[in-house]
Amino acid sequence: MNAIIVSTLLGVIMMFCSWGIKNVQAQKNIALVGLLILIFANLAHANAWYVFEYDTKGMLRFNSFGLYANTLLFSLTFIYVWLNGEEISKLSKTPADFYSLFFFILCGISILTSFDNLLMLFIGIEILSIPLYILTGADKKNMFSNEAALKYFLMGSFSTGILLLGITLIYGATGSFHLTDPVIDKLTGMAHEQMLLSAGLILLFAAMNFKVSAAPFHFWTPDVYDGAPTVFTSFMATIAKAAGIIAFINVFGSQYKALAFSWTLLLTFVIIATLLVGNIIAVFQRSVKRMLAYSSIAQAGFMLFALYGKSEIAKEGVLLYAVVYSLATIGIFAVLIKMKENSFDAFNGLSKTNPLLAFVTTIFLFSLAGIPLTGGFFAKYYMLSALLKAGAGLWLVILAVVFAAISIYYYFKIIQAMYFTTGESALGVVPKYYTNKLLIIAILLLVLGVFPNLLLNYLYF
Amino acid sequence: MSIQYYIFFCLALFSIGVVGVLTRRNAIIVFMCIELMLNAVNLLLVAFSKMYYGMAVQNGGATTAGIDAQIFVFFIMVVAAAEVSIGLAIIVMMYRNTHSIDVNFLNRLKN
Repeated sequence: MNAIIVSTLLGVIMMFCSWGIKNVQAQKNIALVGLLILIFANLAHANAWYVFEYDTKGMLRFNSFGLYANTLLFSLTFIYVWLNGEEISKLSKTPADFYSLFFFILCGISILTSFDNLLMLFIGIEILSIPLYILTGADKKNMFSNEAALKYFLMGSFSTGILLLGITLIYGATGSFHLTDPVIDKLTGMAHEQMLLSAGLILLFAAMNFKVSAAPFHFWTPDVYDGAPTVFTSFMATIAKAAGIIAFINVFGSQYKALAFSWTLLLTFVIIATLLVGNIIAVFQRSVKRMLAYSSIAQAGFMLFALYGKSEIAKEGVLLYAVVYSLATIGIFAVLIKMKENSFDAFNGLSKTNPLLAFVTTIFLFSLAGIPLTGGFFAKYYMLSALLKAGAGLWLVILAVVFAAISIYYYFKIIQAMYFTTGESALGVVPKYYTNKLLIIAILLLVLGVFPNLLLNYLYF
Repeated sequence: MSIQYYIFFCLALFSIGVVGVLTRRNAIIVFMCIELMLNAVNLLLVAFSKMYYGMAVQNGGATTAGIDAQIFVFFIMVVAAAEVSIGLAIIVMMYRNTHSIDVNFLNRLKN
């Protein structure tokens, strides 16, 4: 509850900062301080110190998983703003507007990690999505940004309609919006209600797939991620997507799964399609930004493995995966922002012009591909062992490893361009401190690659 | 009147909205069709709400049954209004750059 209220207040404060404070650097610093306050407010809640105590009447239910996910996503946002503050400032005279939108998104995220009612799911998803539509269209004079914003908006509202129809049919069958209402158990024998409930759940499943851009509902992702300003693509592909996946786990981790429709078959189909589409199409991309969009689809497929069973290792795995994937993707996008163009050729000979930058980029790519000693390896390892623990077939694990191997091909195309292709890299001016910040993120990834428990032990406090 | 009529009517309305989104080319009309989908859902929620209320009254139960669906309808209206404000802003922004609101324009990112 603390996080929801504090993030809203901070969003409003940032909105006033956009006309009260003209200094762009000061606006960024206020946003960073605000994020720290938000993290502390959330930690205070986790330690049973409620600043605002409300009876939410079963609308929200806080548990250690949701609160810890909040802390991690807020910290990732902090790292994101700390790294990309200058780039955000270039997009507008008053970047405080964007920071306030980030705070509203974080409010949506803190609802999505703790809802216990389909109404709150709907509200959370909308609070998350509506600021994202604005951020996509932030570059007002750019045609691509316009196109991406309109496409994202139309597709997003369409999927909201589907989500609402799903929720309504579930209500029609059960008479309740609560995720943990015992009424669902009694329904399993009744034909009409069962049919209504199955139809509702399938619609809800489709809409949630849409929000996390899982195939076959991924078609908007490459266009939107490609058209949006690169800084905001970085945010959408990491923090917003991770929140969507945690919401997905919250809905379908509850007892809806015990219902008689063939849930596992549906889930397996979606995950295999996601891995297939993401990895195979990424191979053929010529633009690095578009390749990263497809790679984010493929990585979402990996995170969805947590839906098979709500074991401890699945929960740990999805948090570790979200953090590691987000850090690596924020890093690689931060390098891409400094390039004058988005093609693979832009990276040619980077190891000669800026060896440190080439080195940190290599670590980010290793982590995305899941090479041991980087965080990505343990993230993939946890997800696959969660899959085995949930009783899925070994063939699915082997298939996932094969797809991870395919992903090495397109990630290593960048490494090959950096180290083994001669040429002039299209690198703009990169200040020394910027590279050092990236180096810190790379070191974090290496530490998580050796001691993943540093992150995961806190889940049990 | 039994609930089936309401369900079929609302699903028909929803399908008209879906078909409109998929076939129309004018961004504003696509947008109106999305609103039609949301309103079909609103209608269905109210119908279900009355159904559960009627069932509760017949069984002599609580007369607050079904009220949460009507509250849900208000939330959908508020969120739809927020979406309209953002959506129209995006459409105006696009119109300023291209002098058209045809969604066929949305194909430059493909290549």
